Amino acid sequence: MWRDYLFARSVDEALELLARHEGQARLIAGGTDLVLQCQRGECSAQVLVDVTQIPGMERIEERDGSIILGAGVTHALAASSALLRLKAPLLSEACRVIGGPQVRNLGTLAGNLVAALPAADASLALIALDGEAEIVSPDGRRWVPLSDFHTGVGLCRLDPTREVMTTLRFSAFGSDYRAAQERLARRKVHALPIMNVAALAAVREGRFADVRIVVAPVAPTPLRLRRCEELLEGREATSEAIREAADLAVSLVHPRDSLLRGSGEYRQALAGVMVRRALERVAGIAPSDRAVA
Amino acid sequence: MALLSMTVNGKPVSLEVEPDEFLADVLRDRLGLIGTKIGCREGECGACTVLVDGDAILSCIHPALKAEGRSVLTIEGLTREGKLDVVQQAFVDAAAAQCGYCTPGFVMVVKALLDRNPHPTVAEIEEALAGNLCRCTGYYQIKEAVQLAVERLAAGGGP
Ligand SMILES: Cc1cc2nc3c(=O)[nH]c(=O)nc-3n(C[C@H](O)[C@H](O)[C@H](O)COP(=O)(O)OP(=O)(O)OC[C@H]3O[C@@H](n4cnc5c(N)ncnc54)[C@H](O)[C@@H]3O)c2cc1C
Ligand code: FES
Ligand code: FES
Repeated sequence: MWRDYLFARSVDEALELLARHEGQARLIAGGTDLVLQCQRGECSAQVLVDVTQIPGMERIEERDGSIILGAGVTHALAASSALLRLKAPLLSEACRVIGGPQVRNLGTLAGNLVAALPAADASLALIALDGEAEIVSPDGRRWVPLSDFHTGVGLCRLDPTREVMTTLRFSAFGSDYRAAQERLARRKVHALPIMNVAALAAVREGRFADVRIVVAPVAPTPLRLRRCEELLEGREATSEAIREAADLAVSLVHPRDSLLRGSGEYRQALAGVMVRRALERVAGIAPSDRAVA
Repeated sequence: MALLSMTVNGKPVSLEVEPDEFLADVLRDRLGLIGTKIGCREGECGACTVLVDGDAILSCIHPALKAEGRSVLTIEGLTREGKLDVVQQAFVDAAAAQCGYCTPGFVMVVKALLDRNPHPTVAEIEEALAGNLCRCTGYYQIKEAVQLAVERLAAGGGP
């Protein structure tokens, strides 16, 4: 596999090590995705540059109403952070269901985003949170909205052979915000989801505001259901409104047939059910059916 | 080759490794610590679990060089002067092993759990065990073993 394993002590050093190897080097964080790719022969990197020793990569803080995270925050850190549990429960809950504890101890937010698996848990939450990522390249720094970050299965607007994701940011949850993740997998834990929905909204005087719904895997990248969001904006948070949004969701998603995840038809219907359940939880109204375990 | 210096079961170790070797292979093949098992080599089964600075990790997908400067604990490091750790003794007494291949991995995740949280809830125990597979026991005896270890720790530590 790789012939050199190096540690970067700063972002600049990481950039320099990548540049020196001209496309032959690639970043590694927890390795819980990349190592498996290398073992399958899907990654041809000759040199791995480990970013986990770079100071600040694991910071979790709130500044002026924004949550600022180092891109190397592990799922275990995100799940156990008191600040995130209070100000971004969608993210901490999503990280709590990733893999088992061993995977959460090493897997990072940046790795989850850049690996670009279409139903990745932390990515879905960060997209629903309207998160942005700071990417540093030899040409400078830029902030990229995560809703526009993924371009295909395993593909994103970051080149891990020359660029580093350093920081994530999004607005902290206001007290009137609620969020819910609905996740269905072949078993409850330690399995990638058949269908994954993250929903988030403020409910003010009984009405939805700032609604965000992300569904995956129904397309090569996580899908923001903008039309459902618009439909609900300003509407009373009732079962009728939610049902309408869920029906619209069904018409907006076109999952493929999958031997692992079930037929496209089944998962299209499933998306509607799970969007509805997530929105019911966000609205704080009783589920209109009994949850299946 | 690259130089790897770490602490294994309390003892400093320095050795030359290939840059793409995994911690599981270094522990087993170079250091003879074959208590750490390899089931799948792809992160799915947890048999290869060891602790790095107290955190449970999967040594089969953990590049060995990531352990540079760190403290690694394997199943062999739990036994002190011939006496089993409270978690190991609980696994014996609860008959939580059949073929035993998964057992070192389970013992290590339970060790990591109880070191941080000596009074876990049932849900916390299940969450801690979620990354480990056992093809024999059906998990009930394993959960009983954890409960037994929790009780013994609460009663003052020893088995
Ligand atoms: C057993 C098992 C179960 C899993 N279960 C789940 C699950 O339930 N849900 C889920 O979402 N995922 C799951 N995963 C996938 C994986 O753990 C996550 O995607 C994890 O977040 C990847 O993070 P990492 O730090 O390990 O990434 P790595 O493997 O280190 O890297 C992944 C990619 O990100 C790039 N990269 C890493 N850091 C940076 C950076 N700072 N800047 C730029 N590029 C970077 C790498 O070059 C690589 O392309 C599972 C994996 C395993 C092995
Ligand atoms: S051998 Fe490491 S997880 Fe199976
Ligand atoms: S005792 Fe045989 S696999 Fe667990």
